[in-house]
Amino acid sequence: MSDTDNTEDRPDMGDRHEPRFDEPTGQYTTGHSWDGIEELNTPMPRWWLGIFYASIVIALIYALLMPSIPLINSHYKGLLGHSDRKAVALDMVNMRTGRAQFSDKLTGVDLENIMGDPELFRFAMAAGKSAFGDNCATCHGAGGQGFKGYPNLNDDIWIWGGTFEEIRHTLEVGVRASHDDTQFNLMQAYGRDGLLTRDEIKDLTEYLLAFTDRSENPDAVARGKSLFAENCVSCHGAEATGDQSQGAPNLTDLDWLYGGERADILETLNNGRQGVMPNWNERLSPDTITALAVYVHALGGGEPSNPVE
Amino acid sequence: MTILIDNTKRREAAPGVPRSQAPNPTSSTPASLYKSREQIYPKLAHGVFRNLKWLAMVVLLGIYYALPWVRWDRGPGQPDQAVLVDFENARFYFFFIEIWPQEVYYITGLLILAALGLFLITAMFGRVWCGYACPQTIWTDLFIYVERFFEGDRNARIKLDKAKWSVSKIYKKTAKHIVWLLIAALTGGVWILYFHDAPSIARDFFTGHAPMTSYIFAAILTFTTYSLAGFMREQVCTYMCPWPRIQAALIDEDALNVTYRYDRGEPRGAHKKGATWEGRGDCIDCRQCVAVCPVGIDIRDGLQLECIGCALCIDACDEIMVKIDRPKGLIAYDTEANVVARIAGEKPRFRLIRARTMIYAVVFAAVGGIMLYALLGRSTLDLNVVRDRQPNFVRLSDGSIQNGYTIKVLNKATETRTLTLSVDGLPSPTLKVAGQTGLNLIVPADDIIDFRVLIVEDDLIDIGVRGDVTFKLVDPVTSVTAIQSTVFVTGS
Repeated sequence: MSDTDNTEDRPDMGDRHEPRFDEPTGQYTTGHSWDGIEELNTPMPRWWLGIFYASIVIALIYALLMPSIPLINSHYKGLLGHSDRKAVALDMVNMRTGRAQFSDKLTGVDLENIMGDPELFRFAMAAGKSAFGDNCATCHGAGGQGFKGYPNLNDDIWIWGGTFEEIRHTLEVGVRASHDDTQFNLMQAYGRDGLLTRDEIKDLTEYLLAFTDRSENPDAVARGKSLFAENCVSCHGAEATGDQSQGAPNLTDLDWLYGGERADILETLNNGRQGVMPNWNERLSPDTITALAVYVHALGGGEPSNPVE
Repeated sequence: MTILIDNTKRREAAPGVPRSQAPNPTSSTPASLYKSREQIYPKLAHGVFRNLKWLAMVVLLGIYYALPWVRWDRGPGQPDQAVLVDFENARFYFFFIEIWPQEVYYITGLLILAALGLFLITAMFGRVWCGYACPQTIWTDLFIYVERFFEGDRNARIKLDKAKWSVSKIYKKTAKHIVWLLIAALTGGVWILYFHDAPSIARDFFTGHAPMTSYIFAAILTFTTYSLAGFMREQVCTYMCPWPRIQAALIDEDALNVTYRYDRGEPRGAHKKGATWEGRGDCIDCRQCVAVCPVGIDIRDGLQLECIGCALCIDACDEIMVKIDRPKGLIAYDTEANVVARIAGEKPRFRLIRARTMIYAVVFAAVGGIMLYALLGRSTLDLNVVRDRQPNFVRLSDGSIQNGYTIKVLNKATETRTLTLSVDGLPSPTLKVAGQTGLNLIVPADDIIDFRVLIVEDDLIDIGVRGDVTFKLVDPVTSVTAIQSTVFVTGS
């Protein structure tokens, strides 16, 4: 409204009057005015209103059919009785049924049987890969590359054996796990428990370093050799090459589970090592464990069955 | 200061709207923002172009409805449908061509070819695609044919629509819509045949065993055919289709278009039989060209956005010209340049070969050539290699280095293949394929198989931190080979 308008004609705040025709725009007003500002009647497009009302109707129908209203101890279940939990459970059952033709074959067979059936082998690899990602990658890494204290599963160095059967056995019973037949040994804390003195541990370390020509103290190596014979040969063997049946690693190579530097070896001898791998027989089905064994065996280091001792 | 407005220069309120007819801006009834459609009642034309359009309709509809039933033998276990878009197995079949999803660039190339072809044709002959071959034109033509069959020609239809409802009107309208719906349902039903084995999906469709998508798409195409060809018709071309806008960039004064030769037709006016033709044009203003026009325009206003170039006005005008004993071709395929030339007294000439058409033709040929080359050289064996990243490399107990690879072998042939794997580029590699002994990879027909391959190398002196390695796969029977290069990492 311009200044020249008659102030008596100006509608007051919140005033209501009859809708009037607004000549400049060619539209009608709504009849509302605020501080003299009037509102043109510009209704929503029909199609928009139609969708708006249809949405309300659909929402009401949906609320009636589906679980929608929270109650004090429960919730309104809906006429269709839908439940996401049930749907997921059903999906899982369907998935297992769908896979049964393969997964049933995986229970209790040996690797030759699986390799004889390329389709079954590919199924085992795929199932093993996904199970590895869910259960094993946390410690062993996404590609089974391992970390300090967690073995690399791609190489040909195995603490508890690398044949298909041995890998499957390790998966089932674990290492120092709660399974009755779990694989167990004791790498003692020689320093901390006072079994060896500080100097003896240093000598033993020099002896171990000498296998890879990293010791510069021949006297210490000679003393370490006799200490090794007294304390270590029962597990690691006279040649220090380890014993897979006892889970004793080979100490003569460059592969060290807990690090092969002087400080690492000193720490291992001082405090002992008691790494744990869980027994998976309680959490995973036998066919999943077989699939995992196939996958880990194929990662790169799997040994042929019945290796020459 | 007073500003003087010279009203003598503004005799029109808007182009083509005299001031006397301009809407009053202070009118008390709100003006509608929407222009409602004026029903068009195209009259049946007779002549060369009408016959050409009937022929195009029969041939093109015949192809659409019959093509899914054409069989093509591809060997055992393979679909025997000539044209099949198999989404379930991710394959596209077109007679002897089979395309896998990663080869979808062939489709891109085909679309580019289609666009270039359309450019070329439009630059030479105007909108012949719109007038003769576009599905919108064809189905609209078919629906108008049905309409004419039940309701009669133009005048009868106008009269029927104005008439009060009667048994006869209800019968005519109902019959028309039933036939329309039948055609629409057939169109939608045939569409799904292109995506499944035609005989089995047809049986499943009627016994209720077809997948839900088939019913949904059949319903969607039934609806679009019924509404677009029955009701929306020319509005699709005028408002929905981008082509009328694009054509402005493609058509020039040398392009052949359905043209009213105003040099010959004007000044127009009614003509009494026996009167002289001296000093006047050949157009007798009979408006037959308007009556037959399916988009409701007057071709005498010149080339227009709405014109789909169907040439029915040529037929209509020629018929009249014969009756009044004047030469045919008052409306004809002609160029704007020729009309101007005739006015200037020059000889008209048709320049189909000019820079624009040459460029389109050359680009069309180039793209077509590239596609043909790619198609002919298409290998039926493909190999992809993905190297392990975790771990990058593995040092084995004897000091040798092992790298792990996943190789994906694509066998596009129709028979199972036994392929021999080897690697080049390393001094003394040992190869191992997980899950099998030996290096023969068995890949079933028309399948993709992953293999895990390990390379162990003990001669590391010459390799350095990383060396190039090439995987090679040979089919000993056909000696078809696939190679793929990657690296071997030693880490030292």
